[in-house]
Amino acid sequence: MAGFNKVVHSYEDAMAGLQDGMTVIAGGFGLCGIPEGLIAQIKKMGTTDLTVVSNNCGVDGFGLGILLEDRQIKKMVASYVGENALFEKQLLSGELEVELTPQGTLAEKMRAGGAGIPAFFTATGYGTPVAEGKETREINGRHYVLEPAITGDFAIIRAWKADRYGNLVFRHTSMNFNPMAATAGKITVVEVEEIVEPGELEPSQIHTPGIYVQRVIKGNFEKRIERRMVRQD
Amino acid sequence: MALSREQVAMRVAQELQDGYYVNLGIGIPTLVANYVPAGIEVMLQSENGLLGMGPYPTDAELDADMINAGKETVTAIKGAAIFSSAESFAMIRGGHVDLTVLGAFEVDQNGNIASWMIPGKLIKGMGGAMDLVAGAQNIVVTMTHADKYGNSKLLNDCTLPLTGVGCVKKIVTDLAVLEVRNGAFHLLERAPGISIEEIQQKTAGKLVVDGDIPEMAFS
Repeated sequence: MAGFNKVVHSYEDAMAGLQDGMTVIAGGFGLCGIPEGLIAQIKKMGTTDLTVVSNNCGVDGFGLGILLEDRQIKKMVASYVGENALFEKQLLSGELEVELTPQGTLAEKMRAGGAGIPAFFTATGYGTPVAEGKETREINGRHYVLEPAITGDFAIIRAWKADRYGNLVFRHTSMNFNPMAATAGKITVVEVEEIVEPGELEPSQIHTPGIYVQRVIKGNFEKRIERRMVRQD
Repeated sequence: MALSREQVAMRVAQELQDGYYVNLGIGIPTLVANYVPAGIEVMLQSENGLLGMGPYPTDAELDADMINAGKETVTAIKGAAIFSSAESFAMIRGGHVDLTVLGAFEVDQNGNIASWMIPGKLIKGMGGAMDLVAGAQNIVVTMTHADKYGNSKLLNDCTLPLTGVGCVKKIVTDLAVLEVRNGAFHLLERAPGISIEEIQQKTAGKLVVDGDIPEMAFS
């Protein structure tokens, strides 16, 4: 039974085995649904030359943005990186490599990586800089670009509830890239708001089955809001 | 008079049909949600994984886990669905979204669009725009007809890196409504008080003016 108890009790244990030069896939969209404590642990470990795959790179001083401060990221694969002055500085100085990837293609690359599909054809990006150097094919009169899948040495994600088997439920739009990222990591580490007893999660309502998850840790989240918009009633 | 941002949004809203699933981009497209015609129901898709986006939250409703694709806090309407990014782009790529409205830097007479990158300036990324223009059944572009120096944004060929090829069907500018087909911009409507000559002068690409061109009507 211990083999199915995936709960770890320290961030050191959660990120054990992360080494320089590895690829880390991170869930989250902007600052929503990011594994705050796991990112902080990578900063603490000082691991460098990382390739980080995530829709965004956080903001200055929060989220994945903190990994730029000590130049831990060698290459970033993302769809949108416009929120971050330090990112811009390192990109322009050549310290940081970036591979801009359309958002849907990025999600599908992770999904394919986790599902054992090495590459897929998509119309997205055909005829644009994204397709440069890639195989294209005409299928039923439409042009498509061959996009390779992505897998990671680690995937770090955030969920709402988990049980010790690693079954996961996400909360609201903090789901975003987390389910695909979970499938694409050799070691998938989940930081959750709450750990519940097996059976408390309704089996048919589980978003990510525990087979994709290696480690679960209970975190405390700041949940910073990137653009706070409210209406007056 | 050239249209205001709100009037452009009002005109785009006339393109909405009852039962449409719609993705609205950042800027003027977002305003379209304020002008949904009475008596019809549309469902707003936000590509971070929300179908059935509602208005901004009240202070009491504010929730960091509930945002839209512009990373703004938002609400979900009754009957909304929330899902992953892969599911969201399956809807988009698979052609299930009826209408996408987005802004652009340039559009050309072959329906090509450039909206994400200006070389030499900061590269922010394309986000979901390339997926949206490749996948939506119907794409409406909103933009000013010319830039602040008077240079046309409706061109023979886009000069900036493309977002998508041959995908734009309709354009609503501050001066006109145009359809893109057969390698030309076809003038459909003009803004109240704007002459055909002014539109011709500010359209660098091939412009077809066929018959009387009505002024846009705002109820």
